[in-house]
Amino acid sequence: MNLLIEAVQWLLDPVNWQGENALGMRILEHLGFSAVVVLVAAAIGIPVGTLIGHTGRGRGAIIAITGGARALPTLGLLTIFGLWLGIGLEAPFLALLVLALPPVLAGAYAGVESVDRATVGAARAIGLTERQILTGVELPLAAPVIIGGLRSAALQVISTATLAAYISDTGLGRPLFTGMKTQQYDMMLGASILVALLALIVELCFQLVQSAATRRAEPHNGHQHRAHSGARERIAA
Amino acid sequence: MIEFDAVHKEYPDGTVAVERFSLIVPSHRVVALVGSSGSGKTTLLRMVNRMVEPSSGTVSIDGVDVRSMDRVKLRRSIGYVLQAGGLLPHRTVADNVATVPVLEGRSRRQARADALGLLERVGLDTALADRYPAQLSGGQQQRVGVARALAADPNILLMDEPFGAVDPIVRDQLQAEMRALQADIGKTIVFVTHDIDEAFALGDEVVVLRTGAEIAQRGAPAEILANPADDFVSDFVGAGTAQRTLRIREVDGRSVVVDGDDRPTGVLER
Ligand SMILES: Nc1ncnc2c1ncn2[C@@H]1O[C@H](COP(=O)(O)OP(=O)(O)O)[C@@H](O)[C@H]1O
Ligand SMILES: [Mg+2]
Repeated sequence: MNLLIEAVQWLLDPVNWQGENALGMRILEHLGFSAVVVLVAAAIGIPVGTLIGHTGRGRGAIIAITGGARALPTLGLLTIFGLWLGIGLEAPFLALLVLALPPVLAGAYAGVESVDRATVGAARAIGLTERQILTGVELPLAAPVIIGGLRSAALQVISTATLAAYISDTGLGRPLFTGMKTQQYDMMLGASILVALLALIVELCFQLVQSAATRRAEPHNGHQHRAHSGARERIAA
Repeated sequence: MIEFDAVHKEYPDGTVAVERFSLIVPSHRVVALVGSSGSGKTTLLRMVNRMVEPSSGTVSIDGVDVRSMDRVKLRRSIGYVLQAGGLLPHRTVADNVATVPVLEGRSRRQARADALGLLERVGLDTALADRYPAQLSGGQQQRVGVARALAADPNILLMDEPFGAVDPIVRDQLQAEMRALQADIGKTIVFVTHDIDEAFALGDEVVVLRTGAEIAQRGAPAEILANPADDFVSDFVGAGTAQRTLRIREVDGRSVVVDGDDRPTGVLER
């Protein structure tokens, strides 16, 4: 308990928010680095996953690959990439990408695949092109699941991005590891708390975006009032 | 005019859905394809808008082989109505109806105004325009499906068991409205159903199909009722059942028509 209070005191100490080692900088590094990883994972995973969901081709392969990738320990990967690529952001970037890709891919293909085939077939039959089906039907209807994949990728990346400091001295892993090495446990715990808070805030943001996407994909569910008046007319009809 | 010429369809898994099927659907007429589930009706219908490609034989529209036409253009030029409407759940009723006109470059405003007119045309309150499909009853969704199919003012309508999912009372109502609408718009319609009564109710011509889309008999509903070609057709239309064997009984000086169970179904007008 004492340690927790000390950690909070360390967090609130203005000294730690100033100068070259200011926590604000570490937070920005941490978020920025995580965001780049998730964006790259999205740029690869969403198109690939969407295409697999749309065509139904390559499903088996993707399940095997994402399953395998999920089993890889990030710390082990980081070490291997570190030995290969040396000090710097490249190794943690790659290790985190391997962590982020499976949930993004799975979300994209599962989301698109879960769209009612009858709806897609009807859209095709009235003359939508494959691209229009993808952008106008499958993606909006799959959006909640796709965003769910991004959300879990973002959470894992933010909490695991502390490992980046292990090799490249960046982000909130830096005070965390420094604290550990120098036995400054207030610093170590304070940094951990910040990581948890960041994850929580990002989680909340994703929740908002996800529910907005759900409202767009299933607009009728948000409109209780209208739905009821619809039911009334149905009875009257 | 739609012409099926020796059309054959074998699916990749070896199922022969359609075997050398030939038929002419004259312009401005309703041809009802009727047969039990799996007889190949949907396959036939979907070969017209190239959702399915025949293994051999040709389907042509006004003498032009559909294979020479661009798929997307072809589909946009044909109205397609299927069970439960096949509406897009995340778009409003008006946006659903306006889908193809907007894709074809009509302004949203104009397309929406047209959509409201079409909703009225199919007997829907325009107040429903901003609802979502899930907020409508099955019968209402079905009407929206018809309105959407009419939106691009196609010459041809393909209808695949459109009224199969609604209850019998609403179905009767939809059939009556469909007849009135067709009297007005005179489209070339291929109507697929497994319900012989529906085929008789809507078809100018009825084509009874066996497995593999083999034509068991074709003709006007009255012709088929009067002279079923064989036992299969006879069974299919229920010839000889109480419902189809009507007699006249004189009651208080009027001729009452009764069925095989002696239940009155109407009065004979002279
Ligand atoms: N995509 C497909 N692949 C394989 N077989 C199919 C496919 N679609 C339909 N069939 C088969 O073709 C036959 C005719 O099907 P269909 O045209 O849907 O008949 P209907 O509409 O009269 O019920 C059935 O035996 C069905 O199982
Ligand atoms: Mg069918």
